[in-house]
Amino acid sequence: MEPVLMQADQLPEWAALAPALALALTGLLLILIDSVDPDSSRPALLAGVATVGSLASLGLAGWFLSAGTGQAGTGGGIALFGDALVVDGMALFFQALFASVTALVVVASYDYLSDHPHRAEFYSLVLFAATGMALMAAANSLAVAFIALELASLPSYALVAFLKRDAGSVEAGLKYFLIGALSSSVFAFGISLVYAATGSLLLPDVYAALSGGVEGLTGVAAVGILMVAGGFAFKTASVPFHFWAPEAYEGAPAPVSAFLSSASKAAGFALAFRVFVVGFPLDAGIDWVLLFQVLAVVTMTLGNFAAATQEEVKRMLAYSSIGHAGYALIGLAAFTGGAGGDVLGASMAHLLVYGFMNTGAFLFVALAENWGIGRTFDDYAGLSSRAPMASVAMSVFMFSLAGLPPFGGFFSKYFLFMGAIDAGFWWLAAVGAINSALSLFYYSRVVKALWLNDAVGDFELGSTPTALYAAIVFAAVATVLLLPGFGPVIETAQSVATTIVP
Amino acid sequence: MIIEALIGVTFLAALVVMLAPDKYAGKLAFALSLLPVVGSLYMWAGFDAGGNALMAGSIAYETQLDWLTVAGYDLQWFVGVDGISLPLVVLSTVLSSLAIVSAWTPIDMRQSQFYGLMLFMEANLLGVFTALDFFLWFVFWEAVLVPMYFLIGVWGGPRRKYAAIKFFVYTNIASLVMFIGFMALVFNLPVSSFGLPEITQSLQAGELSGFVGLDPATLKLAAFAAMFAGFAVKVPVVPVHTWLPDAHVEAPTPVSVMLAGVLLKMGTYALLRFNFTMLPDVATRPLVATVIAAIAVVSVIYGAMLALAQQDLKRIVAYSSVSSMGYVILGLIAYTGLGIGGATFQMVAHGLISGLMFMAVGVIYNVTHTRMVGDMSGMADRMPVTVGILIAGAFGYMGLPLMAGFAAEYFIFQGAFASTVIPSAPLFTAASMFGIVIVAGYLLFAMQRTLFGEFSLETDYEVRRAHFHDVAPLAVLLLCTIALGVAPNIFFEMITDAIEPVVAVVGGGA
Repeated sequence: MEPVLMQADQLPEWAALAPALALALTGLLLILIDSVDPDSSRPALLAGVATVGSLASLGLAGWFLSAGTGQAGTGGGIALFGDALVVDGMALFFQALFASVTALVVVASYDYLSDHPHRAEFYSLVLFAATGMALMAAANSLAVAFIALELASLPSYALVAFLKRDAGSVEAGLKYFLIGALSSSVFAFGISLVYAATGSLLLPDVYAALSGGVEGLTGVAAVGILMVAGGFAFKTASVPFHFWAPEAYEGAPAPVSAFLSSASKAAGFALAFRVFVVGFPLDAGIDWVLLFQVLAVVTMTLGNFAAATQEEVKRMLAYSSIGHAGYALIGLAAFTGGAGGDVLGASMAHLLVYGFMNTGAFLFVALAENWGIGRTFDDYAGLSSRAPMASVAMSVFMFSLAGLPPFGGFFSKYFLFMGAIDAGFWWLAAVGAINSALSLFYYSRVVKALWLNDAVGDFELGSTPTALYAAIVFAAVATVLLLPGFGPVIETAQSVATTIVP
Repeated sequence: MIIEALIGVTFLAALVVMLAPDKYAGKLAFALSLLPVVGSLYMWAGFDAGGNALMAGSIAYETQLDWLTVAGYDLQWFVGVDGISLPLVVLSTVLSSLAIVSAWTPIDMRQSQFYGLMLFMEANLLGVFTALDFFLWFVFWEAVLVPMYFLIGVWGGPRRKYAAIKFFVYTNIASLVMFIGFMALVFNLPVSSFGLPEITQSLQAGELSGFVGLDPATLKLAAFAAMFAGFAVKVPVVPVHTWLPDAHVEAPTPVSVMLAGVLLKMGTYALLRFNFTMLPDVATRPLVATVIAAIAVVSVIYGAMLALAQQDLKRIVAYSSVSSMGYVILGLIAYTGLGIGGATFQMVAHGLISGLMFMAVGVIYNVTHTRMVGDMSGMADRMPVTVGILIAGAFGYMGLPLMAGFAAEYFIFQGAFASTVIPSAPLFTAASMFGIVIVAGYLLFAMQRTLFGEFSLETDYEVRRAHFHDVAPLAVLLLCTIALGVAPNIFFEMITDAIEPVVAVVGGGA
């Protein structure tokens, strides 16, 4: 009898890029649909196509992951285009994450954009940015890394400024673009210095050259690595290139904030993990582990303390997302070579859980914006009596972000900190744990406002936006289910992270 | 499988009730909450464990499944009961059902959310008392906080926000301290899982290694202190008790019932399981034992004195809980069969009696809308049945023979008196006995003022009889209290069986 399902290992090699291709083709298809008939808006069709496309990408990535494509069991990573791209377990893990967040954001945007004329552009920009992220996760050469980074960034600038009649949105877009352009140039210059010192752009070759010692050019390589790290600090919204994040997240349409703070940040980490672990040996003239330790501690502390002083929920979430970048940086800060895969994997698992809980939280803000209630904590007072289901979901996100035990965020943080302790950096875990305990303060303010405070005035909530609700509830269910289901996630993450460690 | 069914059904019931219309939520929640009651009674009837679950005893209704395996440690779904946990499981299910009924009158808004959260809390409480894997236990332990926070914060009295946040902050910080203390132990043990039995046995086999310059004995002492501090907040003992009166006074009656009846027992249960079972060599150091016994006696006396000074009936019962929990601590540190056994029995007995008292005060409040001693007198005239049960409960609190409180306190006193662990045990025991006198004092005083004499009441509300469904739970609780007082062996036999190994380790005797 013929096998009903095709086996993943019977596909041609280029098919390993299918998760990224699905996103790119969907983006093109959306433009095509719009250009065939630019006058009618067809919201359901466009949102449907975008959703199906991102879900297809998620399905493909999940299928490849479970079939072992690019993992040790089937012959290791699949290198394409002269080794410029490599599809391995880590790339697929991150692609699944990007596709999930994209799907949530696309579904949620259906209601958020309900009276906006340029829907097709919005969806295609989201999908192109997601394509860039998917490529960032697979980049095996510094040149591809740069191009993928730009592919992810350029649509993001446009998305942040998408509400072009809203001064805040436009201003946010401009700030994001200026800092983005600056850090891109720093990044590109760093790449050129690394190339000058090593004579290659391919990460494994760079690694070989740097471990062999680059006579007289160690300083050049070191400065290059430092500048490359700066490029990642921008994309992951880490100190010292974090200034854009609160502005951009606050001014952008909330679904875009969700997209940037979850998927785009994770993409920065995907690239940083691969470039540093695969490309730069620990003794490459600069102790980049120490660099990331400093960045991690400063980023998480600064993000948390700044979040605690905010009065607006969206801005608080923006700073909290800087704090979480600090936690995720532990993956590199506690990296110790051979056994570093475990802490790297813990960091990846944290980014996945974070992808759901943080996206959900921003989508709740989108819901509030959609209803036209204010932006501050006080404006959310008593909302639970009008929107109990969404309020339950938001409480789940907040408690999970704070790392309370009954939710997914507890395990992901726990494994991250334990990974740091296992690697010998118990002080890093201690700083993380203290920050995490402090974060409960500002996360619980949202919960308090929603449930405990009485409404100041009457809410004039319009209709119930079904799609937005569905996305929020789905994210909440995923956040809860990631507690009992954390086993496969962390095991996959740690096993695929271990394989990239040279 | 029955424990999974019990927890699963309760979670499911919470979900169903949460989605039910407000009008039927109370009745539906009560009907569904009878399922875990039946289940827990069935567990009691078929109970066949022997010994202590943590110390190689046989575990009843045990399930052990791998959940996660990371970094060399297995996290498991590992549940089961022994003679210590089963009485508390039964207490949780029975008290939850009765608390739900007692909520029918006072809770008049957002009912489906209220009853859903009550059931959600019950499910997590069942998890706390049955989990035998540290992580699983910790998840349930923390998950109890979340519904409690909302139950106080949304349905509470005028200062509910302050009380809810104080409760949340106190107990959360306490959990963090305890967590760190416990982790410091586990990571220096040659264990492969977070199973509590494995950890206990490894600790008692002396397999603990030092940690960053601390020798094992010091590490044990530090971990003991961290865990004691964490659990002491939950119990609570003086001086970390200040969240309790605030939480109790602001919480609606049914929530107070759960808080006093079951949530406080989480603290004493955890103390027994972790501190006193895992680290007996630390607890029996003369200095440590003296400090803990002193904390116990101070809680007993000071808690009772505070109760004496209150005008609010609910505050009186709340502070007297601090006093009663002091007896539990005294019984635990005695390390005799009767001491620890009596302490465990007191957990159940106090759960029933304090539940009864809070409910009775709640019934009076529903009718009079005041709880101040000075505002009313002669209530016996208008509410004879309620007042009769309240008086019976108060006598149970004072330790009237043939009621559960008497049995528990008698065991504790006799056990503590004979203790070889507490230095000058008779002295501490005698001092704590004065607590009884003060309890009798404030209860009699308050009752005499409010219940007897000429009827008068300063209120704008019309005073009517209490509903049948308000009084029925009181009667059920009273019957349970008397049953346990007449036949303590309903639970005491299995308790003794389970604590025997704990006592044997230190040679504490009966």
